[in-house]
Amino acid sequence: MVNENLVKDVVKETYKYGFVTDIETEKIEKGLNEDIIKLISQKKEEPKFLLDFRLKAFKKWQKMKEPDWAALRYKKIDYQDIIYYSAPKQKEKISSLDEVDPKLLETFDKLGIPLTEQKKLTNVAVDAVFDSVSIATTFREELAEHGVIFCSISEAVKNHADLIEKYLGTVVPASDNYFAALNSAVFSDGSFVYIPKGVTCPMDLSSYFRINSGDSGQFERTLIVAEESSSVSYLEGCTAPMFDTNTLHAAVVELIALDDASIKYSTVQNWYAGDEEGIGGIFNFVTKRGKCLGKRSKISWSQVETGSAITWKYPSCLLLGEESVGEFYSVALTNNLQQADTGTKMIHIGPRTKSTIVSKGISAGNSKNSYRGLVKMGTKATGSRNYSQCDSMLIGDQASANTFPYIKSQQPNSEIEHEASTCRISEDQLFYLQSRGIEFEEAVSMMVSGFCRDVFNQLPMEFAAEADKLLALKLEGSVG
Amino acid sequence: MQSIMKESDPILEVENLSASTDNLPILKGVSLTVYPGEIHAIMGRNGCGKSTLSKIIAGHPSYNITNGDIKFLGENINSLEPEERSQSGIFLGFQYPIEIPGVSNLEFLRVSTNARRKFLNKEELDTFDFEELVKEKLEIVKMDQAFLSRSVNQGFSGGEKKRNEILQMALLEPKIAILDETDSGLDIDALRIVASGIKKISNAQTGIILITHYQRLLDEIKPNYVHVMSDGQIIKTGESDLALELEEKGYEWTDNFIKET
Repeated sequence: MVNENLVKDVVKETYKYGFVTDIETEKIEKGLNEDIIKLISQKKEEPKFLLDFRLKAFKKWQKMKEPDWAALRYKKIDYQDIIYYSAPKQKEKISSLDEVDPKLLETFDKLGIPLTEQKKLTNVAVDAVFDSVSIATTFREELAEHGVIFCSISEAVKNHADLIEKYLGTVVPASDNYFAALNSAVFSDGSFVYIPKGVTCPMDLSSYFRINSGDSGQFERTLIVAEESSSVSYLEGCTAPMFDTNTLHAAVVELIALDDASIKYSTVQNWYAGDEEGIGGIFNFVTKRGKCLGKRSKISWSQVETGSAITWKYPSCLLLGEESVGEFYSVALTNNLQQADTGTKMIHIGPRTKSTIVSKGISAGNSKNSYRGLVKMGTKATGSRNYSQCDSMLIGDQASANTFPYIKSQQPNSEIEHEASTCRISEDQLFYLQSRGIEFEEAVSMMVSGFCRDVFNQLPMEFAAEADKLLALKLEGSVG
Repeated sequence: MQSIMKESDPILEVENLSASTDNLPILKGVSLTVYPGEIHAIMGRNGCGKSTLSKIIAGHPSYNITNGDIKFLGENINSLEPEERSQSGIFLGFQYPIEIPGVSNLEFLRVSTNARRKFLNKEELDTFDFEELVKEKLEIVKMDQAFLSRSVNQGFSGGEKKRNEILQMALLEPKIAILDETDSGLDIDALRIVASGIKKISNAQTGIILITHYQRLLDEIKPNYVHVMSDGQIIKTGESDLALELEEKGYEWTDNFIKET
């Protein structure tokens, strides 16, 4: 029997992003009503169309009911007990990074996302979001030379209002679901990307979301528009400190791909997951959706979900343009008392559209991991195809895995293929690897990364290596 | 019984070993000593404890040692982890090699080999150097390189799995190899390949324990000693002709030994 305290230490150690930055913040009072929304909009100096957008969304949200169909159990969220706007106090106008509070730069340094000119990552442009606001975006000038717009969404509202007005809410309408409506009403910041016609974005773009306050929610909004024949690869990372309360995170991500455009969206989600007793952790209710509007357009989601106490997330594709392609590659790992209900929706509307779903769920400890997916073939989706593969791996005998595939076809001339499997890491497999000199923990992580290989192959290089390490860390002390 | 002069220290000493699983006694006082260069065969009916003995020497966590000691190169290894035993030079060839989906055979072999090399203070091999080494060793078991890119044992035929075990033995260069029914499920050709592989890998410094039901492996690899196990004990030890006698007379003949003891 392994010493119980040792196991606890190891599990605690696994979350190295649990620190809090001690910084003066500007917070508004708790609670949600029209005045709060007006206040947020006013603080951000928004044009009227956006305030109207928010207020309409809020009215809809008030009439909606929190969804309860997911295989998740959690304490009811008190939406009046949340702070909807929290920002580190800074000078009014920041013209360069030198004016950013060093504490903030230090925070992102510690997270491995250096922002300063000397240290910034060489081949990735980063938008760093801290609680409700974007702190800095690197490589803006270089990107601007190619006509690429990469900035915080608040800035885009000011400088590219036409694009925001044209596209915001066109993929995920405010009335889409409870959490999307909430986000539409109160979203504070996030990233905006615009790739002009014919441009292949010269570097990967990345947003890093950091929650710092314990009592405020994070409601970020991301919008990516890829014009005809353009392409972009976008990465998203998330961490939060360890608090013993739950923090709500309800984001909306919208992607739009026009003719022959392609968007690759990769996420490594490592929000604080709560402790081994299930105390604390992020409630992660996210709506991510891409619209393949153009012919032969392509949207590819890849995600590695390892954090959060609760994950409710279904990155989806609306395949409108003929011969458009949607992809979803997912690894979701749950440990201790984490719960995840995640998957995708592939809605085939245009003819000869194709989608691929590869989902790998790993459940350890007492966790619960569900795949939920919808594949729909509309009446006009002739000659369309879907391939889905959903595999679950169980570690230990207390974890559970579910698969809920929904298939709806209104088009007889289309193909849907679904494969599913469940496996367990057995004592015999571990003994076999150990008897070849391979340490116990390494044996587990070899098997887990083997299980996830199909998905890791889809991630950008640095992300894949990081994901591999992250899974190994998350699983330390979970077996035995 | 004629005794060979023992000039060096034993590799493995199993001393009066008793072990159980789920409180069910499986081994009831087994003693066995293996010196460098020796080949021992252990025979016996199914369920007599042969495989259990091999697993316990390799450190399988399902069994509890209730009495006795296992010594490797003079050191007690009762409480060592399986990986530590492997790294220090104990090899178990599995009767039923385990399938590990998703883990490439090449990577598995490399990590395993490097764990042993690290223990021996040898330089760990990168992918390129390791490929050179493994190509050489593939010759020994007449395996095709295509084996390397597949998942560990997944979809391998019975013979391929056993050859993969011998390939691992060739890479790990153990001090002692316990081969649990390595001959079962092999056709004549595969048996010859496996047997010649074992002979190539072993030398005057290594010890081998062959667990088998059949004389045909022992025709290929002549043991110095043959032990007959029954109900968790070694009930008779002889030289290679004991195996022949056993084949002729069957295990019923050995039932008398139990009465004698």
